[in-house]
Amino acid sequence: MSSNGGSDRPFVTFENVQKSYDGETLVVKNLNLEIQRGEFLTLLGPSGSGKTTCLMMLAGFETATHGEILLDGRPINNVPPHKRGIGMVFQNYALFPHMTVAENLAFPLQVRGLSQAESEQKVQRALDMVELGAFGARRPAQLSGGQQQRVAVARALVFDPDLVLMDEPLGALDKNLREQMQYEIKHIHENLGVTVVYVTHDQSEALTMSDRIAVFNDGVIQQLAQPDVLYEEPENAFVAAFIGENNRLRGTVAKAANGSVQVKLPTGEQVSALPINVRGVKGEETTLSLRPERVVVNPRGKKVPNVFEGRVEEVIYLGDHIRTRLNVAGHDDFIVKIPNSADHPPLNPGVDVKIGWSIDDCRALDAPAGE
Amino acid sequence: MWVYTGGEQTTMADITANQAVTGPLIAADGTPLKRKLAQTTRRARMRALLLTAPLVLFLLVSFVFPIGQMLYQSAHNPSFGDVLPNTARALAEWEGDGVPGEEMFAILAADLKQAREDRSIGRAATRVNYELPGSRSLFTRTVRNIGKVEAAPYKEALIEINEKWDDPILWATLKRVSNDYTASFYLAAVDRKYDADGSIVMQDEKRQIYVQLFWRTLWLSALITFLCFLLAYPVSYMLSVLPLRYSNLLMILVLLPFWTSLLVRTTAWIAMLQSEGVVNDLLVWTSVLDDDNRAQMIYNRTGTIVAMTHILLPFMILPLYSVMKTIPPSYMRAARSLGANSFTAFRRVYFPQTIPGIAAGTLLVFILAIGYYITPALVGGQDGQLISNLIAFHMQRSLNWSLAAALGGILLVGVLVLYWVYNKLVGIDKLKFG
Amino acid sequence: MKIGLKTAIAAAVAATLGTAAMAEGSLTVVSWGGAYTKSQVEAYHKPFIAKTGVQIKSEDYNGGIAEIKAQVEAGNVTWDIVDVELSDAVRACDEGLVYPIDHSILPPAPDGTAATDDFLPGTLHECAVANIVWSTIYAYDSSKMADGPKTMADFFDLEKFPGKRGMRKSPKANLEFALIADGVDPADVYEVLGTPEGVDRAFAKLDTIKDQVVWWEAGAQPPQLLADGEVAMTTAYNGRIFNAVAAEGKPFEIVWDGQIWDLDLWIIPKGAPNKDAALEFLKFSTDTQRLADQAKWIAYGPARQSSAPLVGKYNDGKIDMGPQMPTAEENLKRAVQNDFEFWADNQDQLNERFNAWLAG
Repeated sequence: MSSNGGSDRPFVTFENVQKSYDGETLVVKNLNLEIQRGEFLTLLGPSGSGKTTCLMMLAGFETATHGEILLDGRPINNVPPHKRGIGMVFQNYALFPHMTVAENLAFPLQVRGLSQAESEQKVQRALDMVELGAFGARRPAQLSGGQQQRVAVARALVFDPDLVLMDEPLGALDKNLREQMQYEIKHIHENLGVTVVYVTHDQSEALTMSDRIAVFNDGVIQQLAQPDVLYEEPENAFVAAFIGENNRLRGTVAKAANGSVQVKLPTGEQVSALPINVRGVKGEETTLSLRPERVVVNPRGKKVPNVFEGRVEEVIYLGDHIRTRLNVAGHDDFIVKIPNSADHPPLNPGVDVKIGWSIDDCRALDAPAGE
Repeated sequence: MWVYTGGEQTTMADITANQAVTGPLIAADGTPLKRKLAQTTRRARMRALLLTAPLVLFLLVSFVFPIGQMLYQSAHNPSFGDVLPNTARALAEWEGDGVPGEEMFAILAADLKQAREDRSIGRAATRVNYELPGSRSLFTRTVRNIGKVEAAPYKEALIEINEKWDDPILWATLKRVSNDYTASFYLAAVDRKYDADGSIVMQDEKRQIYVQLFWRTLWLSALITFLCFLLAYPVSYMLSVLPLRYSNLLMILVLLPFWTSLLVRTTAWIAMLQSEGVVNDLLVWTSVLDDDNRAQMIYNRTGTIVAMTHILLPFMILPLYSVMKTIPPSYMRAARSLGANSFTAFRRVYFPQTIPGIAAGTLLVFILAIGYYITPALVGGQDGQLISNLIAFHMQRSLNWSLAAALGGILLVGVLVLYWVYNKLVGIDKLKFG
Repeated sequence: MKIGLKTAIAAAVAATLGTAAMAEGSLTVVSWGGAYTKSQVEAYHKPFIAKTGVQIKSEDYNGGIAEIKAQVEAGNVTWDIVDVELSDAVRACDEGLVYPIDHSILPPAPDGTAATDDFLPGTLHECAVANIVWSTIYAYDSSKMADGPKTMADFFDLEKFPGKRGMRKSPKANLEFALIADGVDPADVYEVLGTPEGVDRAFAKLDTIKDQVVWWEAGAQPPQLLADGEVAMTTAYNGRIFNAVAAEGKPFEIVWDGQIWDLDLWIIPKGAPNKDAALEFLKFSTDTQRLADQAKWIAYGPARQSSAPLVGKYNDGKIDMGPQMPTAEENLKRAVQNDFEFWADNQDQLNERFNAWLAG
C-alpha cells in the first residue's frame, strides 16, 4: 500500500461533515474521513448512499451543511471549485464537444496562463500517456467510448493536480473495456503518485483498484479498510452482503466463550462463529456471514467444528468452479462454490451431502431490522 | 451468378444490361430479385407518398402558386394591353418619337370606345398614372367624351378633348406601359424610375421612401433580434436548469402570451405605453416625470421595438431552451474543475454549445421581424413603420399590387440571401429549432 | 402578398363550393362600422327586414376598394352592397368592378319630383347612389380648453393651442387643411394643390406640427383619442364626434371652418350574389323618409333635398339635427367639397410623398 508522500498529515480530511439538500433528511451523516497523500481511495456504495455527494463536496460543487473539509491542511469550504486545483473525471466524461481532443486538454492549461509551447508539450505528453498521441485533432464524438474515457483521464491529469476525483468513470463502458481501463487507471495512479478519490457502485472495480475502500450506506461509512480486509473481515452485515457473495444465517446468541459464540438457528442447530459485531449477550439477534468458497464439502478432520447436512438443489457449471445451491438449516439459498478440480467430484441435484466450515470463516455480525 | 463487371459506380441501366447478359438474381419464387424487391417496397412507398400528398398539394396551392403569381405580377402588368389591345400593338411597332400620327389616334379612339362599352378604362388609366401622375383623368375624361368623336381626324378631336394628348412625354410613357412585361415596379421599389428618354433615374427626392424603409426594416429587425437574444438567453437558461415544476410554470408564463391573440397583445402595449397609460401614470405618480411632460413611448419607433421584441421573444426562447436543455451541467462543472472561473467556463464551454440555438433563434426572429406587419401598423406611428406596412398599403389602399409584389419580391430575395449567408456562416444543418 | 394568397384560396374555395350558401335570401351589407353602421341599421336595415323578410348580414370594413377588387377578380363575390366614398365609387366604376345603376328605378320624392331632380347635384353617379353627405372636420375637448380654437389656422397653431393633434394617416383632407390654414381660400384649394409649389406649401405647413401628430386610421379612433386625452384636438368625421357628444355626453366641440365634405354612396359589386335584393335595398334605403330617418341617429346630411324638411331631432328627442349637418348653411361658409378627380389623378404620387414625408 502506497501512502504518506512525505508528511504524516492526511492530504484530505472530512471533519464531522453533514449534508442535507432539503433541510429534512441528511444525505451525509457526520462523516469523518482521512485520505493520505498518494492514496487510491474508493467510495463504494449503492446509489443514494451519499458517496457522490461527498465527492461533489470535495470538488466544490456542493457545500457542506455542517463540518469542515481540509485539503492539505487548509479548509476549503469557501474555496470555489476552480481554485481547488483538483482534477476530475466525470461519469459521462464531459468532454467539450465543440473542441478537439487537444483543445480539451489544453483548456486547463490555457486558463492557467501557460505559454503555447508549454501547453502543447504537456498536452502531447498527456495524450501519449493514454496512448492517444495521434488523436489530438479529433473531436470527442469521433472517438470510441474507451478513447473518450482516456481523454477524460488525460484532461484531469494534464495540469498536474495533486488530487484527482473520479465519479464512476467506467460506468458507460462494456465489461471487457472496463476491466482493461481499471488496470490502466491503476497504472497511471501508480506511475504518477497522484492521490485518487474514486466513486463507484461496482464492488469488483473497487476491490481491483483501491488502496482502501470506504463502504457507504445511508450516508454513513460502514467500513473503511483495504480490499482484502473488507472482503475477508467485514465488520457488519451490510458490508458482508455488499462486498462479494455470502451466505447469511439468522440466529440468536446462545453462549459466548473463548473468542467464539454459539449461535442457535431457528431450526435448532447450533453454529460456532467468530463474534465481530455482537456483544455476546444470550438471546441477542445476529447474522452469520459465510463466504461460499469457504464452505467445505464432505469435511474430514477436527478442524471443522460446524458440520451440517444439506440437500443439493441446483448445480451450475461455471468453468473454474461449480456453483452449488443447497438446502441447509431451512435455507434453500445456501451457496457453495466447489473448485473444479480432480478431488472434487461433481454433485447431482437431490443428493444429500455433508458440509462444514471453520469458526474463523463464520462471522457473527449485527442483525439489521427487517431482513 | 451475379458478377460485378465495372470499376466505376454501376448505374441502373448498367445493372439491367448486365443482368441480361449474366442472368439476374432470382428470388425463391422465381421472380427476379430486383422486381421482387420493388414489389414489396412499392406499397410502402405509395402509402408514404399518399400521406404526404395533401401537404404537398396544400403547399402548392397556398404557397408556391401564390408566391409564383406574386413574383409574376411584379414584372407583368397587362392592364394597358388588356384594355386597349390594338393601341398596345400599334405602340409596340411605333418607333417612339414625338407624337404619333392620325393612324395611331384612330386605333386609340376605337379602343377607347370599346373601353367605354366595357367600363374598363380605369385599369389602363391607373397603370399609366403610376408612371405619369395626373394622366388618370386624361383617360377617364376622354372616355366620357369619346362618344362625340365620330369621324376622322381623330388626332385633332382627341387633342381638343384634352391637350395632353399632344404631349410627347405621354406617348413615350404609353409606349413603355404598352409592354406587359416591365421592370418599372422593381425600379419604383428601389426609388428609381424611367425618365422621358427611357433611362433610369432616381425618383424625385421628396418621393423616395422604399430604400430608406428597407434599410430601416433591416436595422430595426436586427436590433429587435439582438434585444430578443439579450432577454431570452437568461430566461432560457433558467428554464433549462430549474427543477421541472418551476420550469413548467415559467414555460407557461413564456407561452401564455404566445397563445394570446397578436392583436390583444399589441393593444395591451398601447394601454401600457400611451401617454395616459400605465407606465406614464406610474412615472408621473412617482414624480419621475412631470404631468405635462409625459414620455412618448408608443406610436413611434420605441413602441415598435418594445412591442415586437415582446411578441417575438418566444421564438428566441424556445430554440435556445431546446438546445440548453441538452447541455448537461457536467460540462460547466468540468470546466470549473479544470480551473476556469464561472465567466470563462460560460464563455468558452457553455456559450459555444448554445450557438446552434442562438443561430436558430436569431434567424427565426429576424425573418419574422422583417415581414412583421400588424404591430408596427398599430404602434409604429410614423417613424416605426416597416416595409411590410407599405406592402400592405399598396395591397389595400393604393391597389398598386404590382408594386406591392415587387416590394415583396425584394423582401423574399433578401430573406433568401440572408439564409444563404447564414448557411455559409453557421451551417443550416446546425440549426436547432427545438 | 396577403391578398394574392387570399385570391388564390378564394378562387379554389369558390370553385368547389360555389356560391350556393350565400344565395338563400340574405343580403350582405358592408359599411364603415361603429355609430355610422348603427344609424344605417336603425334607419334602413330594420324596416327593410320588416318589409321584405330578407335577412341582412352587416359587415364592417375600413374603406377603399381593395376587398371589392379582390372579390371581383377572384370571381367569388360575397358582398352585395357596399357603402363607399365618392372617389372610390368613381374608381370602382372606371375599373368595371361594379354594376351601373339605372337612376330611373329610384323612387320619386313624396311630392312626385323625380329622383334625378330630388337628389342633390352630383350625388347620383352612373354606378352609385349617394345616401349621405359627411364631412371631415376637426374637434376638441371643450372641458380642457375653455376658449377653444375657431379656425383651421388654429389647428396648426401650437403656440396658441399647445398639445397633440390627431390626423388621419392619409394625405387626403390633411393637405387641404394645411393650405386653408396657410391662408388659401377654400375655393382655390385644389387649384393650388394642383401645382408642385402648392404641394410643397401644404407639406411645409404640415411640417410645423409633424412631431405633435398622432395618426389615426379608423373612423372610431379620433373620438377615443380625444376622450383618452391622447390629443388636444383631432380631425374626425363629423358624425363620429356628434355621436360621442349626443350618445355618450362627451364635451367635444366641432370646428366647421375649412370642413371638407364628401359623399357616401352605395355600390353593387359585379357578381354580387344577391344583386336583385341589393337593388331593392338600395331603392328602399335612399327614399326620402329613410334618409331623413338616418339623421335621427347620426349627423350626416341626407342626399335628397326632399329629406331635409323631414329631419327633426336626434333620437333622444332633444338635439335639433339641422345645425349639426355638414350641409347646414352656417357650416358651409368656408367649406370645400372633396375633389375626387384630383385625388384619382394624384393620389399615387401624393401617397408616396406623404409616406416618404412620414417616414423621414
